[in-house]
Amino acid sequence: MLIFELSRPGRRNPSQAPRPAPGLNAIPEGWQRKSRPRLPEVSELDAVRHYTNLSRRNFSIDTHFYPLGSCTMKYNPRACNHLAMLPQFLARHPRAPADTGQGFLTCLFELQEMLKEVTGMAAVSLAPMAGAQGEFTGVAMIRAYHMARGDGARTEILVPDAAHGTNPASAVMCGYSVREIPTDAEGNVELAALRAAVGPRTAGLMLTNPSTLGVFERTILDMEKIVHDAGGLLYYDGANLNAILGRVKPADMGFDVMHLNLHKTFATPHGGGGPGAGPVGAAARLQPYLPLPLIVRDGDNYRLADEADLPQSIGRLSAHAGNAGVLLRAYVYARLLGREGLQRVGEFATLNANYLMSELRKAGFEVAFPTRRASHEFSVTLKTLREETGVTAMDVAKRLLDKGFHAPTTYFPLLVAECLLIEPTETESKQTLDAFVQAMREILEEAHREPQLVKSAPHTTPVRRLDEVKAARELDLAWNPA
Amino acid sequence: MTTPANLKYTKSHEWVKQEADGTVTIGITHHAQEMLGDLVFVETPAVGRKLKQGEQCAVAESVKAAGDVYAPLSGEVVAANAELADAPEKINADAYAAWMYRLKPDHPGELAGLLDAAAYQAIADAEKH
Amino acid sequence: MPFIPHTEDDIRAMLAAIGVAAIDDLFDEIPAALRGGGLAGVPPGVNEMEITRLMYERAERDGRWLSFIGAGAYEHHIPAAVWQLATRGEFYTSYTPYQAEASQGTLQVLYEYQSMMASLTAMDVTNASLYEGASALAEAVLMAVRIHKSARRVLMPATVNPAYRKVTRSLVRHQGIEIIEVPYCTECGHVIPAALNAYAGKEYAALVIPQTNFFGVLEPADELTAWAKANGVLVIAVANPIALAILRPPGEWGAGGADIVVGDGQPLGAPLSSGGPYFGFMGCRVSHVRQMPGRIVGRTVDVDGRTGYTLTLQAREQHIRRSRATSNICTNQGLMVTAATIYMALLGPDGLARVAQTCHANALKLVQQLTALPGVKRRFSGAVFHECVLQLSAPVADVLHALKAQGILGGLALTQDYPELGDALLVCATETKHDADLERYRENLQRILGRRFRPAPCALKPSL
Repeated sequence: MLIFELSRPGRRNPSQAPRPAPGLNAIPEGWQRKSRPRLPEVSELDAVRHYTNLSRRNFSIDTHFYPLGSCTMKYNPRACNHLAMLPQFLARHPRAPADTGQGFLTCLFELQEMLKEVTGMAAVSLAPMAGAQGEFTGVAMIRAYHMARGDGARTEILVPDAAHGTNPASAVMCGYSVREIPTDAEGNVELAALRAAVGPRTAGLMLTNPSTLGVFERTILDMEKIVHDAGGLLYYDGANLNAILGRVKPADMGFDVMHLNLHKTFATPHGGGGPGAGPVGAAARLQPYLPLPLIVRDGDNYRLADEADLPQSIGRLSAHAGNAGVLLRAYVYARLLGREGLQRVGEFATLNANYLMSELRKAGFEVAFPTRRASHEFSVTLKTLREETGVTAMDVAKRLLDKGFHAPTTYFPLLVAECLLIEPTETESKQTLDAFVQAMREILEEAHREPQLVKSAPHTTPVRRLDEVKAARELDLAWNPA
Repeated sequence: MTTPANLKYTKSHEWVKQEADGTVTIGITHHAQEMLGDLVFVETPAVGRKLKQGEQCAVAESVKAAGDVYAPLSGEVVAANAELADAPEKINADAYAAWMYRLKPDHPGELAGLLDAAAYQAIADAEKH
Repeated sequence: MPFIPHTEDDIRAMLAAIGVAAIDDLFDEIPAALRGGGLAGVPPGVNEMEITRLMYERAERDGRWLSFIGAGAYEHHIPAAVWQLATRGEFYTSYTPYQAEASQGTLQVLYEYQSMMASLTAMDVTNASLYEGASALAEAVLMAVRIHKSARRVLMPATVNPAYRKVTRSLVRHQGIEIIEVPYCTECGHVIPAALNAYAGKEYAALVIPQTNFFGVLEPADELTAWAKANGVLVIAVANPIALAILRPPGEWGAGGADIVVGDGQPLGAPLSSGGPYFGFMGCRVSHVRQMPGRIVGRTVDVDGRTGYTLTLQAREQHIRRSRATSNICTNQGLMVTAATIYMALLGPDGLARVAQTCHANALKLVQQLTALPGVKRRFSGAVFHECVLQLSAPVADVLHALKAQGILGGLALTQDYPELGDALLVCATETKHDADLERYRENLQRILGRRFRPAPCALKPSL
């Protein structure tokens, strides 16, 4: 039932509206709204009950193991939420003067410094609102760098064919054309193809490392040399940073600019789709182009840098300073982990992934890159299962919901047939991983014994498989009473 | 389904039918619609638009993918199949009957460079994941 | 290690199962030169008690202020239930609803949100959010250019929020799109429709119309829309969602209404929080829906005929369309939208209208009281919603500084963004302000301005 269907004309919440009082009204008659907005008229209890019950129709990290590859669904510590929502932090207006927000700005400055250390970059801006905006920023900075040097012939950005869709989409938003580099059988970018593709038109290469296939790009130092020798720059997509956090720094791999996904690596909540934060880090030669604002220190005080401080900045990405509340959460997380905790993240994320990979292999699953170590994630291919039983990766994913686990990422990366991309994260225990393996073992067995059970899953969720074709052909995107 | 022998093909999964009046009719192949899945939306090029060979000019969209459709030849669009706006699934039902658009070719010589049924079938078979 | 549950026994068993001697071995594919280094620059970890104390100290240092700043972010009462519900783990820690069967909670909330927002803006459809208002405007510009197909020029009044204009430039300039600034009338505070005659004859993809504009003033949106329609130009409306409760919405503007509507949804349940997270809303006519960026939820049925909700029209998005996507956006502001939906449900149409009316009345009262003081004048003649520009007879920066010493944030100085206005101050009063707050502002301003007019006491004492 929709909230609108609970609605009854005349139902109000007097507690929630300002007191009725005769007030001045100078809105011209012609501009006064005549049509009544179709918002529900429900009691507070109705609303609370409705949305509480809706929440219970969701899987979430707080309720289920969520091994979504590339999403890093680690535990979101409650302290981060509590402290980011202290009343004074919540009440502060973005245009309030800097001296009324030194507490807040100190947290952000310290976060900048910690992210510099973790990435090895010379400077960091917290402005981008999500990974995709971080990618746009990084590519825009690469463009600004080349243009400042009069190098306008560089019109191409290279991406691996396994890249996340935001990579080519962001490059195009910056006015570049995109060229894809193929991946080899071991899951790495084909070095020979990269060599052949670089040239005077190359502005840069966007890479994830470990790659979207879950394996480390072993020839990264060779790739770095190839691109830099051709005059291009290197962009690091930090989506998989969790695999190497505390162990390897993107700057040491030769990257010139990068973004982090705080809603992945720094445990800020996914919130059903967002908000995230995508801070960018830059090596010294790209520092002048960072987006505004940054937090800078003036003696003992902090303030937001502006156009006067960074005249070559690629500009602003949002009206204010980015997703400030998300940044505070990431700050608290980083402080709770500290030096030793952050150093352990990559280790235990990798341990969990390799353990899960080896247990799933023992259970009879086919790993996409059997000769490779798992990074913090790995791909399983169900191609043979489909050939033998007709059961697909989609079917297995849906059946996992019945077993009380959220499915891994399916059908990404596209290069692996019937792909499941599995990322446990470091916050899951061995017991949880073992239970997941057991569930997968059961599904494998069901696929052979009773495939229809798996093909028609899920059976126990609030709804079963949805008619997505109908949803796209007969668009019903807003409730419209007949 | 066998690939009709009387049509020509492109590597990008378009079929081309030569009409008696010198125009060509273009659609996407059975293999293409199979890969895309149930189509939910089709966009055809505007009548009168001039296309270069290889230019992207139409889209066939399913729930999980959006397939770009290209011009197999250079020419001017003389007709587009209006039925597809309300019933994109016609392509799924019979990809070779549900044409997308018709072109008046600028250089009929370009036809010779297209693939025949056997060559296209080989490509389609190799692609089966 | 915090949040890492492994015991020594666990580690031993896991390493044995994998068949390696140490965790280090799992990194053997990484060139040795890249490994190690350590994070010396990061301070040692603290426990929850310690970080709590630190954050309390920092929050207390920032304190609370009596604020009259608007300028694109507005202080409103947020019912307690909003964030108690939105921070339930099932909403807070769930992922993007790609697996629809596991996400019916989020998906239905988004569908309800889309419905409410579509009605509030009087548009056919809305998406499930963009990052915030400024980047939403940039996306609208890109969308309009895609729809228009020929023109790559967009008309942008100078009365649009300066930050929105800056951000739009940053985000669209690499795609060969030109933003042309439309001047405003410095007497009335809005665009004069006749000024658009200067643009006749050239092609423009869109005209942006803020309602209300950055000065809080109502634009002549009907006439501006009519001009746009007559000239083949799309209309992008920028709206405040609270104001929409009592103002004629963009879908009902003259000549068929706006084509695209965007704005910042912060006033609907998002705390000010130093600027974020907020959320951007976007709505459009159904004929343009395939050009609209961002996630969209649709209603459908499952195999048993049960009603269900799912992400739809995904072929527009980056994960399918890649370099041909309508936008690169992936993560949006889902949690903020959840809060906004609950907020709108708790207030209902009458509650929201009451909030808007109270904001409007308080702003007028404040302006009345302040302009009764010598040295304070209302700058523009145009009608306002809940913000107004005041002309001061003293340097704005000094006045704000003096007010701050009394715990009052008096508004936003316009000297940097609109130097042509001289000492102009943008003040805002929402439903959160009481008569006592307005009086406190008035009496302090009176005192501060009065100081400037009183002659300095004479240093010489008269001899008797």
